[in-house]
Amino acid sequence: MKEVETEAGDYAAAFERLRENPSRFPAWIEDLRRRALEQFEAVGFPTVKEEDYRYTNIAPIANGEFQPTIDFDETRRRARRADISSLIYDEARGSRLVFVNNVFSPELSSTEAVAGDIVVEDLAEAIHGEHAAMIKNFLARGAETSGDDAFTSLNTAFMTSGAFVLLPKNTETKMPIHLLFLTDATMSKVATFPRVLVIAEPHSRATIIEEHKALNEDAAQSYFSSSVVEIYVDDEAHIVHYKVQREAENAFHVARTRAEVGRASTYNSTTINLGAGFTRHNINMNLRGAGSESWIDGLFFGQGTQFADTHSLINHREPHCTSHQSYKGVLNDKARSVFNGRIFVHQAAQKTDAYQSNKNLILSDQARVDTKPQLEIFADDVKCSHGATVGQINLEELFYLTSRGVKPELARNLLTYGFAEQVVQKIEVESIKRQLDEVILNRLHTTLDA
Amino acid sequence: MSTANIELLANQEYKYGFVTDIESDAIPKGLSEDTVRLISEKKGEPEWMLEFRLKAYRHWLTMDEPKRWANLNYPEIDFQDIVFYSAPKQKETLASLDEVDPELLRTFEKLGIPLNEQKKLSNVAVDAVFDSVSVATTYKAKLLEAGVIFCSFSEAVREYPELVKKYVGTVVPTNDNYYAALNSAVFTDGSFVFIPKGVRSPMELSTYFRINNSESGQFERTLIIAEEGAYVSYLEGCTAPKFDRNQLHAAVVELIALDDAEIKYSTVQNWYAGDEMGKGGIFNFVTKRAACRGKNSKVSWTQVETGSAITWKYPSCILQGDNSIGEFYSVALTNHAQEADTGTKMIHLGKNTRSTIVSKGISAGKSNNSYRGLVKMSPKAAGAKNYTQCDSMLIGDQCSANTFPYIEVQNATSTAEHEASTSRISEEQLFYLQQRGLSQEDAVSLIINGFCKDVFRELPMEFAVEAQKLLGLKLEGSVG
Repeated sequence: MKEVETEAGDYAAAFERLRENPSRFPAWIEDLRRRALEQFEAVGFPTVKEEDYRYTNIAPIANGEFQPTIDFDETRRRARRADISSLIYDEARGSRLVFVNNVFSPELSSTEAVAGDIVVEDLAEAIHGEHAAMIKNFLARGAETSGDDAFTSLNTAFMTSGAFVLLPKNTETKMPIHLLFLTDATMSKVATFPRVLVIAEPHSRATIIEEHKALNEDAAQSYFSSSVVEIYVDDEAHIVHYKVQREAENAFHVARTRAEVGRASTYNSTTINLGAGFTRHNINMNLRGAGSESWIDGLFFGQGTQFADTHSLINHREPHCTSHQSYKGVLNDKARSVFNGRIFVHQAAQKTDAYQSNKNLILSDQARVDTKPQLEIFADDVKCSHGATVGQINLEELFYLTSRGVKPELARNLLTYGFAEQVVQKIEVESIKRQLDEVILNRLHTTLDA
Repeated sequence: MSTANIELLANQEYKYGFVTDIESDAIPKGLSEDTVRLISEKKGEPEWMLEFRLKAYRHWLTMDEPKRWANLNYPEIDFQDIVFYSAPKQKETLASLDEVDPELLRTFEKLGIPLNEQKKLSNVAVDAVFDSVSVATTYKAKLLEAGVIFCSFSEAVREYPELVKKYVGTVVPTNDNYYAALNSAVFTDGSFVFIPKGVRSPMELSTYFRINNSESGQFERTLIIAEEGAYVSYLEGCTAPKFDRNQLHAAVVELIALDDAEIKYSTVQNWYAGDEMGKGGIFNFVTKRAACRGKNSKVSWTQVETGSAITWKYPSCILQGDNSIGEFYSVALTNHAQEADTGTKMIHLGKNTRSTIVSKGISAGKSNNSYRGLVKMSPKAAGAKNYTQCDSMLIGDQCSANTFPYIEVQNATSTAEHEASTSRISEEQLFYLQQRGLSQEDAVSLIINGFCKDVFRELPMEFAVEAQKLLGLKLEGSVG
């Protein structure tokens, strides 16, 4: 416990130093941040003694001596020199925000294709504009209810910028909005705190790509990235959310996704965890309006000593809502996966249709899977089910392929690829799909051209 | 169905709720090292047994009551307000059942367990435990002919100390958990079964537990050992009178199966569950665990949990021997204000070990019913397999059904499958059955029994019939 306390002290010191920078935030945000820091100091980092961290030891983060970015000018200068051409998706060429170590980079960003009343800008900028009142209403609203979480508080305390997306009533974007969070950890052990606020007003529609990546990956030191994404989907709005996590292999990635879904609206998300040595993702879904629908899919493809933990909570608060969750894990080498999925059906949520599955493919004897799907149901007229499997490649399928002359190793890789592909193929942005396919095939040392 | 009718049915008497008026030899309330010594002395135990108790008691003092990790809500338990030993007064030694107090015989007869030689259940040997002591064991001599030892735990300590000493506390250590430690310190009686090498028990063995004293708790201890190639089917049943105060039942059950042995353990638990407001009832905090020590050994747990105000129970299997098999079949029914957090643990250690879990939870009224289970495949459990199915049924919108499975896999050749679903009795199903002339009650009973079929199939026949009736009774008036 002692180390953890010291660490909270380090963050407090960084917080003070950060305040010496001339703040671009109004006083209420400064208050919010101050309260969040106090909250963080009060609860400290969680330990494995807590049920939610039973399989996940975050001591390396608590003791990691990570430093939040203080020098914004230097960061901005370095960012300007960065070459991100390989990270740009064709579909989102003119609708992209890029952040480097908590600092918004106007040079790397482009919002020229964002049309009409739709707002895609830096939170620190938007807070002074016409939407200030709205931001005040929504920002960190969920933190009040999940205030016990140290990582959320820490992010809010160090919120210096962020992505703000507003889809006014009846608006729709054809091109996806790409939010790219880069970490430059070549100089020191950086702690970075990406923040996203998406507000989708009634009848709006958009696709959001949230991506996390290291800049100059080969030279990166170990770093710690802890994001908070808040998404408010109003009545009859439709949001598709892709999260692509390709942090450096020595990075610690902690993420919170919180979505509030209104009446007859849809929120569909796909999370792809390929990077980071350590990943912890909390998903908190609230189906708040009757007839809303949600797909929550995910894939972790682990190799080396990678560790990924997904904790999801699907809250059915209103009747006639549907949620379908499908998470898959492929574990090679000494990779470890933790899944904890909780479906909570409130008493009012009659006619709920909730399904959850967690399927894992273990390719190595050193790999490990801990999974815990949970159902908590307080309404009687519901259709809820969940399933979890941990297993190997089906021998019959393998036999079938080899009987057709496919070499056993290739057959194995094809079947593994197929298993992972079921998640990837749902992504409707071609160039992301292509890129992910490439990474996965690479990990299997296979090409499809052969 | 009219409201009046529903109330009438829902308030149906718990038919085992009577109190037997019998003089009892009870020690004063409270718990201290002296209490432990007194219990040991009353039972005339050897020194090593007392040491076992004291070690457990001293460890228990250092432990904290497990608080709130389970999905249960109950008041603090005052251990100084419990009578830890209560025995019906009777003659010193019993030569035969004829000398058992007729009041006791009548009590068990009323419970459907005749102990008289003439009326005994055919082919089922019964050990009847009343409060803290075993009052009678039937068919003892016949079983001994086959080499099977079936007696009360106290008798086993006296007659077969070597066997007890060798196995007691080896599956559930005295420091295992709070209530197991408490039990190890103050247990009063229970059953002991020993099936020697190569013997199939010629009849079903059974223990019937009855709590009578309003202030006592029941702390029994059961130990079953099946040597190489042995087989036994054991069943237990339990009831208690209706009292307004909560009573504590903290039992420990240890099963040991050696090479090729098989133990089938069935429970029909019908402790008093408290009234519809949740007043009174038994706190059922039980540690049950089986060690499949030998190759190809098999342990099968079947439970029908319908009683108790609070149930906290996870019959488990430690699958040590290669190719050993663990099974868990459970029906847990909660009504009114009952709460149950029950399930199993399957710990796969040996190669090619297999486990099957089938759990059916039914919640009605304002009750809270949870399945909590662990399936663990250790790195050495190559080729291990598990299949888990947990189904819940909700009756009414005031109750809850929860599933908390933990699955931990640490090798690349084992497979674990878990499936869970939640459903309810649909209007269509009821309508269909009723238009065929079935009453609503019968229709509900039929659907529930269908839902539980996979578990009932595993029960010995007489008990399966009993269990079906029990569920019907418990749920009467819940649907309407």
